[in-house]
Amino acid sequence: MNLTLKVWRQEGPNASGHFATYQASDVKDEMSFLEMLDVVNENLIEEGQEPITFDSDCREGICGTCSLMINGQAHGPQKGTTTCQLHMRKFHDGQTVTIEPFRAAAFPIVRDLMIDRSAFDAIIRAGGYITADTGAPRDANEIPVPKPAADTAMDAAACIGCGACVAACPNSAGQLFTSAKLAHLNLLPQGQSERWKRTEDMVETMEMFFGSCTNYGECQEACPKEIPIDFIALMNRDYLKAKFKNRKLLGQQV
Amino acid sequence: MTATKEPSELSSDISSRPIARRQKRSPFAVIDLYRSAVGKKWVMAVTGIMLMGFVLVHMIGNTKMYFGAEGFDSYAEFLRMLAYPLLPETGALWLFRMGLIVAFGLHMQSAYSLTVLNRRARPVGYQSKRDYIAVNWANRSMRWTGIIILLFLIFHLMDLTWGRAPAASGQFVFGQVYDNVAFSMQRWPVALIYIASNIALGVHLYHGSWSIFQTLGTVSAKFNPRHNPLRRSFALAFAIIVAGVNISFPIAVLTGVVG
Amino acid sequence: MSTATISLDSKAPSGDIKDRWDNHRFDMKLVNPSNKRKFTVLVVGTGLAGAAAAATLAQLGYQVKCFTFHDSPRRAHSIAAQGGINGAKNYKNDGDSIYRLFYDTVKGGDFRARESNVYRLAQVSVDIIDQCVAQGVPFAREYGGLLDNRSFGGAQVSRTFYARGQTGQQLLLGAYQALMQQVALGRVEMHTKTELLDVVTKDGVCAGIVTRDLASGEVKSWSGHATLLCTGGYGNAFYLSTNAMNCNTTAIWRAHKKGALFANPCYTQIHPTCIPVSDEFQSKLTLMSESLRNDGRIWVPKNFDESRPADQIPEEDRDYYLERRYPAFGNLAPRDIASRAAKVVVDEGRGVGPLKNGVYLDFSESIGRLGADVVFERYGNLFDMYERITDEDPAKMPMRIYPASHYTMGGLWVDYNLMTTVPGLYALGEANFSDHGANRLGASALMQGLADGYFVAPYTVGDYLAGMLGQKPVSTDDPVFVEAEQGVRNEMHRWISIGGTKSPDYYHRELGKLVWDYCGMARDENGLEKALSEIPALREEFEKNVRVLGSPDGVNQSLEKVGRVADFFDLGELMCRDALTREESCGGHFRVEHQTEDGEAQRDDENFSFVSAWEWKEPGTPQELHKEPLVFEFVKPAQRSYK
Ligand SMILES: Cc1cc2nc3c(=O)[nH]c(=O)nc-3n(C[C@H](O)[C@H](O)[C@H](O)COP(=O)(O)OP(=O)(O)OC[C@H]3O[C@@H](n4cnc5c(N)ncnc54)[C@H](O)[C@@H]3O)c2cc1C
Ligand code: HEM
Ligand code: HEM
Ligand code: SF4
Ligand code: F3S
Ligand code: FES
Repeated sequence: MNLTLKVWRQEGPNASGHFATYQASDVKDEMSFLEMLDVVNENLIEEGQEPITFDSDCREGICGTCSLMINGQAHGPQKGTTTCQLHMRKFHDGQTVTIEPFRAAAFPIVRDLMIDRSAFDAIIRAGGYITADTGAPRDANEIPVPKPAADTAMDAAACIGCGACVAACPNSAGQLFTSAKLAHLNLLPQGQSERWKRTEDMVETMEMFFGSCTNYGECQEACPKEIPIDFIALMNRDYLKAKFKNRKLLGQQV
Repeated sequence: MTATKEPSELSSDISSRPIARRQKRSPFAVIDLYRSAVGKKWVMAVTGIMLMGFVLVHMIGNTKMYFGAEGFDSYAEFLRMLAYPLLPETGALWLFRMGLIVAFGLHMQSAYSLTVLNRRARPVGYQSKRDYIAVNWANRSMRWTGIIILLFLIFHLMDLTWGRAPAASGQFVFGQVYDNVAFSMQRWPVALIYIASNIALGVHLYHGSWSIFQTLGTVSAKFNPRHNPLRRSFALAFAIIVAGVNISFPIAVLTGVVG
Repeated sequence: MSTATISLDSKAPSGDIKDRWDNHRFDMKLVNPSNKRKFTVLVVGTGLAGAAAAATLAQLGYQVKCFTFHDSPRRAHSIAAQGGINGAKNYKNDGDSIYRLFYDTVKGGDFRARESNVYRLAQVSVDIIDQCVAQGVPFAREYGGLLDNRSFGGAQVSRTFYARGQTGQQLLLGAYQALMQQVALGRVEMHTKTELLDVVTKDGVCAGIVTRDLASGEVKSWSGHATLLCTGGYGNAFYLSTNAMNCNTTAIWRAHKKGALFANPCYTQIHPTCIPVSDEFQSKLTLMSESLRNDGRIWVPKNFDESRPADQIPEEDRDYYLERRYPAFGNLAPRDIASRAAKVVVDEGRGVGPLKNGVYLDFSESIGRLGADVVFERYGNLFDMYERITDEDPAKMPMRIYPASHYTMGGLWVDYNLMTTVPGLYALGEANFSDHGANRLGASALMQGLADGYFVAPYTVGDYLAGMLGQKPVSTDDPVFVEAEQGVRNEMHRWISIGGTKSPDYYHRELGKLVWDYCGMARDENGLEKALSEIPALREEFEKNVRVLGSPDGVNQSLEKVGRVADFFDLGELMCRDALTREESCGGHFRVEHQTEDGEAQRDDENFSFVSAWEWKEPGTPQELHKEPLVFEFVKPAQRSYK
């Protein structure tokens, strides 16, 4: 199949970008979207043009490095699928495909389609952990975790930190990412003692970088791991509690 | 040492620039809450619910106009005399108005500051067409429908509460609530304004009264699959009833059922 | 460095295997808490090994500087690990024990690993599980709330802990989060998008590293009292592998060029269950977790000219070759064995799929036995991944799988303390030649990465630092750094100035084909000789004809790539040389000339029971081989049998 690509090119963070048009010819169905771009790049290099800069690593949908706004959708048209796992059979001959970087104040463009998502690290750093310095902790089975709780925590922990939620959200809100990590840690018994401080610190750090959630629900549609916005609700609730909890009494309920 | 750092101190690897400083701590949890965006959403939700309560009660009260002038006027009178002599005349009503005004003010304030924040969160928008899946006209237009409601309210108060022209009809008589409504809405542009604004209200409520559950963290689907579908139906029903019944009044007047 | 200074003293303690690590820990020198902060440790890499080490060293109070070329520490390749991590907990009461894990690992490694290291690994495997659970890693649970286990290739007990099909992700996030906490506390200085391009030594001791900022292009020096390379494996030498696109050998290769010996480069693991190549443009291969072999049955048609779709081929026309050849382990035979068996049937011409380059992994039997939902609960995400890539539903059609390069047992030679032959330079995780001998058992790499990072290096590095109290790290203005920086800059300008016609990827692909064909699943003398003449030839063309556009300042992905490809050229050559000199078959290294009549690997313990450690000579001259003899006091070498 042959495609027309409109790709965002931008020299650097402060340069002004533009769309460049390229032809991708005899694209195979079984190619992944990024393999299609690889081929385009090889041709660009042969023609002496600088290749398109885009991020990717695992190409298995797990590392969260790939991004891309494809025809106005974060990670493209296929639900629950990262760009690297998107295959060309989802496109048809003669189609025009527009490729843009994720856009948000917190995700400055580094070059072309490559963005900087370090704001996510700032949020994790603020409290996205359970303090357990390396040592000799209790035997793993001394902390039973009911299966439903463990499963839900895992659902939340599946977040790959790709930023599609932010990219898709009309408000550039970081809610889905933040709430997913909060849910993962706050749902587990191990996470209880730091729960309220963690919630406060992560939410307030998030708000240093991102917009606010008006419950559009677009993030959960774009999320390659299909993280539900219910975790956002959980976060809103925990944040309120965090403000009013008397933490001196925490010992009582853990 | 708190793990979070002020933007200035963010270490070398955080290269994406913050759009705000971390909020200051306040000795009062409530103020603390209001300083955060998530907290403002709580305020919106709570005030939103108050406003919902008001429009619902107000709508029910207004249905009295279907039972003739006396009933409707005395209802208005009753409102003014509520809790008399415990409170002075219109005292209860004023307390109630105060509550409303505060709720309305906070609701708008949060709406405004969140909107500003969201604009700052994406200074350069997408240069190609977005293809939305969940976003719909209702939740996208919250700010506009909200503003329409605000403008309507000013008009509405001039019209039926203060009796100020041009909103109010020439025949406005303080206390003659039934006639005031009738005279006012006989003017079709006014009737139209009422109809249009109540549609806007309905739209606003359609997203709003679904949204509150999310904001209030009454978590659904993943945690309690049963109550999730109810949220939508509730929102739909609430919006249709409030807007629908409200719209019925101007229509009733135009068609002569009332008046 | 002159050969004279090279001693392959493994420093492995003696005595009862059970007490070796404990005694060694007791004998090691300690650094008192107030002195720890006077030491700077450079940690390169934030995978399981790197993140765990950086976090733990920081918790102990050392000043840690941590580097990764990824845009976030969380993206390290460890994130991709699917199946699980071993821990000798014996929660299942099926006769597991530290000693059995030790035994299985030594045997699985085909008796080419150091016993002391392996036993230590089995010992700390228990602590690893505890540590991870304490961090909130959401391992799979049973309804009672206790941890669930599955069994994995090469083992007859269930000792593998898992978090859906995302075990590596969850373990890495645990370590990453611990690391982020230390960063927040100001104890770790994190440098993302920063790639190591040279290792700097002064008087034979590691002084620090030179890096390039991948965003700004800035070349910079960093000095520390000790440097830990936790930079992963070199599986991408084959171009097509299950490794992430950016995995490379640059860090350990530049260290090798600065005097660190490179051990067992030819020990590479081919993973039996990957999705077969579908076309020319394939950029990488996707692993289907080994755990699938628990419930999937592997087969090919009996007839060579089979044309029917899988589901219409009757039982009697199917050849469940693993179950046939290895009754005891069946579909759970170790990786090297399962891979070669697949190669055999495909080479016979009984392969399946459009290109006849795969074998079937069939779930119909288990779906019949357990029900579709149970099977889906176990492997749902893998089924989805498979369907996304191939457009076929494994619940209806058997999966098509074929072996692919997956893991590299070889790496920098390290002693019992994980120190390379360059004092002060350590190698952790897949980057070292590790504890897996000639073949790694499933779910043991995550274990080793975390063991090295959480529980071994933090002690052994301290022992080394204790002796350096009062010494300042070498200044980055020192000539050794200045020269190294200049070298890196010149190198980059050289690449750009070549101005050839072909992209770096083109040469990587060509190189990969050579390495795969001659040094892949099966190797023989002629092939290796051929490779040893063809690789340098291709390299020459590469040096003349590669095209790198743009400038060294700012983002330049071709420039990043070209340096990595150059190192792969050197490494590919060394892999072949190592494979050629090791005239036996063992684990992942299968020399066609050395097999039993029924096609099993035939070891030669008489002459090859040693670790090959290669010493870099100046460019052009082949490396020099050093040998570390292997002694087996506890697990007596025997012909590995999984029948
Ligand atoms: C698809 C797949 C599935 C797997 N499944 C399993 C499994 O189920 N069980 C199991 O036990 N093992 C599994 N493995 C193996 C295991 O994942 C790896 O061996 C292990 O994660 C390696 O971890 P590491 O910390 O040594 O290196 P990595 O995780 O590869 O980390 C390398 C780090 O070094 C950094 N780095 C590298 N070079 C440089 C440089 N020059 N400059 C700066 N930074 C650099 C990288 O940025 C990265 O942060 C799997 C491997 C693959 C490919
Ligand atoms: C000046 C007038 C108003 C403005 C500008 C306004 C604006 C908004 C905005 C922007 C939201 C956010 C949507 C969201 O976050 O989901 C919102 C929510 C809401 N509004 Fe209004 N609104 C106004 C008046 C009203 C009135 C009169 C009512 C009730 C009759 C109301 C009820 C609600 C409710 C229930 C919500 C949901 C809050 C939540 O998200 O939890 N609003 N409003
Ligand atoms: C067609 C629908 C409506 C009708 C017929 C109607 C009618 C009236 C009447 C008759 C009064 C005067 C009562 C009195 O002076 O005693 C009044 C007051 C008021 N109405 Fe409405 N109303 C309608 C819709 C609304 C809506 C949608 C809102 C809110 C968004 C609203 C807000 C108010 C307020 C705030 C007052 C002042 C109450 C007070 O005196 O404290 N009305 N309305
Ligand atoms: S929540 Fe989903 S979309 Fe957002 S970062 Fe995580 S995986 Fe990506
Ligand atoms: S799309 Fe944005 S508004 Fe909230 S629900 Fe998702 S973050
Ligand atoms: S490249 Fe790793 S998720 Fe896409």
